[in-house]
Amino acid sequence: MSGFTAPTIDWGALSPVVIVLGAAIIGVLVEAFVPARARRNAQLALSLLATIGALVAVVLLWPGVEESGGTTVLGGSVLVDGPTLVLWGSIALFAVISLLIIADRTETGEDAFAPNAAAVPGSDYEDVARRKGIHQTEIYPLVLFATGGMLVFPAAGDLLTLFVALEVLSLPLYLLAGMARRRRLLSQEASMKYFLLGAFASALFLFGIALIYGYSGSLRYADIATATGTPSGMESVLLVGSVLILAGLLFKVGAVPFHTWTPDVYQGAPTPITGFMGACTKIAAFGALLRIVYTVFPDLQWDLAAILWTVAILTMVVGTVGALVQSDMKRVLGYSSIAHSGFILTGIIALNQAGITAVLFYLLVYGAATVGAFGIVWLVRERTRQSADGSPGPILGEATHLSQWAGLGRTNPLLALTFALFLLSFAGIPLTAGFIGKFGVFSAAVDGGAWPLALIGVLASSAAAFFYVRIIVLMFFTGSASADGEPTGTDVYVPAGDVSAPISAGDGAVAVETVVETEARSTITTTVVKTEGLAVAAIAICALLTIVMGIAPSPVIEAIQGVASFLP
Amino acid sequence: MSSSFPWLTALIVVPVLGAVLLWALPAGLRKHARSVALAVAVVVLALGVGALLAFDTDASQAIQLYEQHAWIPALGVSYAVGVDGVGLALVLMSIVLVPLVVLAAWREQDSLTVATDRLRRYLALILLLEAFIVAVFSARDVFLFYVLFEAMLVPVYFMIGMFGGALRRYAAVKFLLYSLAGGLIMLIAVIALYLQGDGGPEGFLTANLTGLDIAPTTEKLLFLAFFLAFAIKAPMFPVHTWLPDAAQQAPAGTSTLLVGVLDKVGTFGMLTLCLPLFPDASRWAAPVIIVLALVSIIYGAALAIGQKDIMRLIAYTSVSHFGFIVLGIFAFTSTSIAGSSFYMVNHGLSTGAMFLLAGFLVARRGTQEISAFGGLQKIVPVFAGFFLVAGLSVLSLPGLSTFISEFLVIVGTFARHPAAAIVSTVGVVLAAIYILWLYQRVFTGPAPADLEGTADLRARERWAIAPLLLLMLIFGFVPRPALDLVSPPASVTLEQVGVTDVPAGTDEGSN
Repeated sequence: MSGFTAPTIDWGALSPVVIVLGAAIIGVLVEAFVPARARRNAQLALSLLATIGALVAVVLLWPGVEESGGTTVLGGSVLVDGPTLVLWGSIALFAVISLLIIADRTETGEDAFAPNAAAVPGSDYEDVARRKGIHQTEIYPLVLFATGGMLVFPAAGDLLTLFVALEVLSLPLYLLAGMARRRRLLSQEASMKYFLLGAFASALFLFGIALIYGYSGSLRYADIATATGTPSGMESVLLVGSVLILAGLLFKVGAVPFHTWTPDVYQGAPTPITGFMGACTKIAAFGALLRIVYTVFPDLQWDLAAILWTVAILTMVVGTVGALVQSDMKRVLGYSSIAHSGFILTGIIALNQAGITAVLFYLLVYGAATVGAFGIVWLVRERTRQSADGSPGPILGEATHLSQWAGLGRTNPLLALTFALFLLSFAGIPLTAGFIGKFGVFSAAVDGGAWPLALIGVLASSAAAFFYVRIIVLMFFTGSASADGEPTGTDVYVPAGDVSAPISAGDGAVAVETVVETEARSTITTTVVKTEGLAVAAIAICALLTIVMGIAPSPVIEAIQGVASFLP
Repeated sequence: MSSSFPWLTALIVVPVLGAVLLWALPAGLRKHARSVALAVAVVVLALGVGALLAFDTDASQAIQLYEQHAWIPALGVSYAVGVDGVGLALVLMSIVLVPLVVLAAWREQDSLTVATDRLRRYLALILLLEAFIVAVFSARDVFLFYVLFEAMLVPVYFMIGMFGGALRRYAAVKFLLYSLAGGLIMLIAVIALYLQGDGGPEGFLTANLTGLDIAPTTEKLLFLAFFLAFAIKAPMFPVHTWLPDAAQQAPAGTSTLLVGVLDKVGTFGMLTLCLPLFPDASRWAAPVIIVLALVSIIYGAALAIGQKDIMRLIAYTSVSHFGFIVLGIFAFTSTSIAGSSFYMVNHGLSTGAMFLLAGFLVARRGTQEISAFGGLQKIVPVFAGFFLVAGLSVLSLPGLSTFISEFLVIVGTFARHPAAAIVSTVGVVLAAIYILWLYQRVFTGPAPADLEGTADLRARERWAIAPLLLLMLIFGFVPRPALDLVSPPASVTLEQVGVTDVPAGTDEGSN
């Protein structure tokens, strides 16, 4: 232990990470020292400040990186280059937006999280906690820790940092996934499944790191890249190691055959967390995958191509076909996220400059639509109808069964229209951001010689369009059960006296009822819940991003293009 | 009237603003929604006349009224619009139809529902669609064309799905998926075509992609991808099956725009993209396409004869007519191509009139079944007269403009492919059968008792149809102005394809 020299640390370049992780630690202290009543506001302000601060720090770092091409920090453990900044910016942006949805509460003061996640579902203890109106504010530091891990993940410059970041981002997510207020068992099952499979993937990943270390004698990306270029007779070790590392990353992005957790976790996790995780985890994991494929294993591309091609094709096909047969909104979006992983993979396989830009842009537009869509899913609720006087009963959990969304376009035109916008963006219809994203990855793939992948991609897209469109059909073209099948039922308009008064984005959503189509006689109706308005603001931001990046993507693309090269 | 005024952009922006205005109309003013929509459509028409005046008809082969701005330079995409004679003719045809459709929709949606508010949204969608139509006919950038080609589906999808008949959802989804499938395959070809070109911030301009030196196999694949998308849109046999369903379920006004205008994007795309961009592949594929066109002509006509539903019948007549248009385009003579271009305009006018009249008929009776009608000639004589003239235009009676275009197509085709021209005349005979038999079943014979009180055409309805019939009569006797617009571009297209023209009248085999 002699001669340890502390590396000089460029704190400025690390500032987004430092801000978020520092705020997370302060958040833990807030839990301990701030009185319960003020805790939520303090935590919310702290986490919003931290994530917005990270965003600002990224903006401040931008000109320097654009000029110099990036710096290595912590002796090469963290690489702050152009793609890192784009990914940091995207992650911080969607963390801010997700936090708005996570923090939002309905008119009755409920948020999306269990009052006491440790309580056994259905126990008296849980009931007491609910009646006392307890809120768990630990979610905020947990989200911040996860965000911090996500920031480090794509910026890591050696495999050990990468692994630590993976664990830092995963562990809070395992916890958060199990904290849903409703359907506790489903949520805990999701959490358990995510944790076990995640731990398994981590083990594979770690084993891969060990093999790579054995082959190259280093954990640094740059050293490994050099070692892979020189033949040494131990290529099988290298190949197995790289495949295991890729498997760990592909697990995080939900690519086939490592996708099985996705629909269950998307369904079971609290919806605001699903949105956060669907957007930010995917951005972080694809960022890391992009860096590794482009800078660590470029010499292995002929060996890895077959694997990546197979994974990409399977991912597109399984995601699309899986989504076609789902009946639960969150599962549909879960499978659709798998299909999108496949589309993004085609951009990664392109292995060219255009591919980097295309993937980074795709992640941005996919994140906007995902956070927005799950935000809307969180607002659409079930409500019991008390038969005695017909007055509406208490609002229950989310109405995630597809049939419950029937007629939403008539009762809540603006909300349904926004959801349709996100779906069209997922489907890649021109003039939405999703189209530019898809165009980018497919044209990168064709340019890189992977046109069969692009062809399968467009075929999968047109099949995928079917289930997105099916939801739009349900919302706009299907009325309540009584009106269904008639050309235009007049009774569709009867319950909705305020159909003509579209809700404005600011004042929360107006609750209007519509009878569930398949259960016309049941007492459960679908309603859009009134909230404090944070979620509506978040959804509005996402919708705006989706439209602006669809019609005038130029500034964003050019900004990304200007910095889209990795440090070696 | 300076030539630097952005006529085409104005033609695109005004309807969009109109649609937004209608959408955001305050509650108190909503009862004026119809007037607002009509006013916007008339303003657009006036702008269209202005564009025609600014257009130099002596140089109609050149792209005029051209505007170009960088849109997404990073991807090589520009906002570039401009029209030659054919593009302008189709733009004008579309903006003539839109106010008439608005006029016809006055009661169309009203009669079905209590809320007039429904009509407001329908009209907003029509105006939005009008903007897309003008833009797609004038796009001079392949990416821009593709974006509009696909984005256009969304308003039509909602127009069918929200305002259509009993099976509207099925029809809307079928329409969307068919079109999307074709369009997405075209997307790959669009990307590949761009990579064949020089790239750069203006790499997608049609002008920069014309005359590329592409490897034969690649060119054939690209051609097929484009052609498939356009054939679905047109629609041609065997990818036409979405059209009868869509036309049957859609409101009459939507069918008018869908069949009369939107489907032209398919044939327009073949003419202005497939031929100039892939000349060798076009020549390579022409024989097969001509056979498919002939099948479309006869198959569409034969199925039209057998239809029991009036809207489906008109849809199948269109399949037959699109066969003629495609035949003329791929016969590669200046006469046939000019004929096809003129045919596109005339078909919009005559089919538009048929759909709107059929819509009025259906609104009176409440059913689209032909067997529910009969003997209306005596009860509604004016209606019968209008319907007969519109019908005769569909079967291309001399004296009406449709005759000129069909004649040009057949004569032009005969010069190169006599056999194909002869086979296509079967379609002309079948047209007489399906139209006259339709007229016979609906307007002659004994009238069912409950049809006695049927109202004749109202003034509003006459105003919606009369301009179309008048235009067809004018162009039937004085086709010169229209042919001046479409003939010079036809010669340019032939040059681009690299085929020597065969003047009509000289008997010469294919070269």
